[in-house]
Amino acid sequence: MRSEVLMAILVMAGVTYLIRVLPLVLIRKPITNPLFRSFLYYVPYVTLSVMTVPAILTATQSPISGTIGFVVAVVLAYKKASLIQVASVACAAVYLAELVL
Amino acid sequence: MKRENTLAFQQGIRDGIPIALGYAAVSFALGIAARNHGLSWIEATVMSLMNNTSAGEFAALDQIRINAPLIEIALTQLIINLRYLLMSCALSQKLSSNISIGHRMLVGFDVTDEIFGISIAYPGKLNPFYSYGAMLVSIPCWAAGTCLGVLLGNALPDSIVSALSVALYGMFIAIVIPPARESKVLAGVVLISMAASILFDWLPMPSWMSGGMKIIVLTVVISLGAAILFPVKEDEAHA
Repeated sequence: MRSEVLMAILVMAGVTYLIRVLPLVLIRKPITNPLFRSFLYYVPYVTLSVMTVPAILTATQSPISGTIGFVVAVVLAYKKASLIQVASVACAAVYLAELVL
Repeated sequence: MKRENTLAFQQGIRDGIPIALGYAAVSFALGIAARNHGLSWIEATVMSLMNNTSAGEFAALDQIRINAPLIEIALTQLIINLRYLLMSCALSQKLSSNISIGHRMLVGFDVTDEIFGISIAYPGKLNPFYSYGAMLVSIPCWAAGTCLGVLLGNALPDSIVSALSVALYGMFIAIVIPPARESKVLAGVVLISMAASILFDWLPMPSWMSGGMKIIVLTVVISLGAAILFPVKEDEAHA
């Protein structure tokens, strides 16, 4: 292992860890400010939605199979299938779609 | 271990399995890229074990190859991974205030997009052992996938990698859609977020407005807008 690479990895890990851990360690009480509370309530839904679309459409070998995977996942999630069911059936749908395409 | 902790730990392992599968696919691709940037399998594996961040690690590969200044590497990680700061702020409200610093420091090690997602979906307050269960299956997969990517290169068929790469997005959908089904406001927030995300990729944007920055800007703007227009009541925010 080259020492300059190890240094780079340690710096990356340090910065990333601080970003992740500081809010958990510093915010130890329920936030009472209604606006900030509401903001934090919406954060997960917005972040996860933004990360999913359009990325899922381009993650696969063709946008068509990606779209099929997306639609299958949304339908299953709407029917309240579990995490692992949604994830694995979406994978299978993409695999099958690419076999046919 | 207390019974409730054991149960949470087992549930974390179960929910961690789809994450681990998705990680295997993504980290395999990361490993191939690492090899192309001249990293040894040890270097790439240590990087993945210590960082657990796909976008951050991909971005660092080029900087490591050209031996970029450490301050530059640090700033890049800060910008790309700043979304974790928002996630951890939200997650801090899922932890009961009597959870110790030690548990908080361990949970904080693996606030990834995916672990954050399932942690937020955990019913009631988050039990740290749930996170540990998910970490136990997902971190080794992330590191091992990276390692195998370096060693094996393109040995895995493209069709398998392609199919597995949807797993993580499938999970995000499974987390976001059920609550959106019950609440028109949430459904609107999800739709607007997806539409805005497509629009931002499609419109010409300055180069800094990509990846991590795009996620941060859209998250702050849309969440703040929703918070102002539809403030949540006391009980909802704890759901």
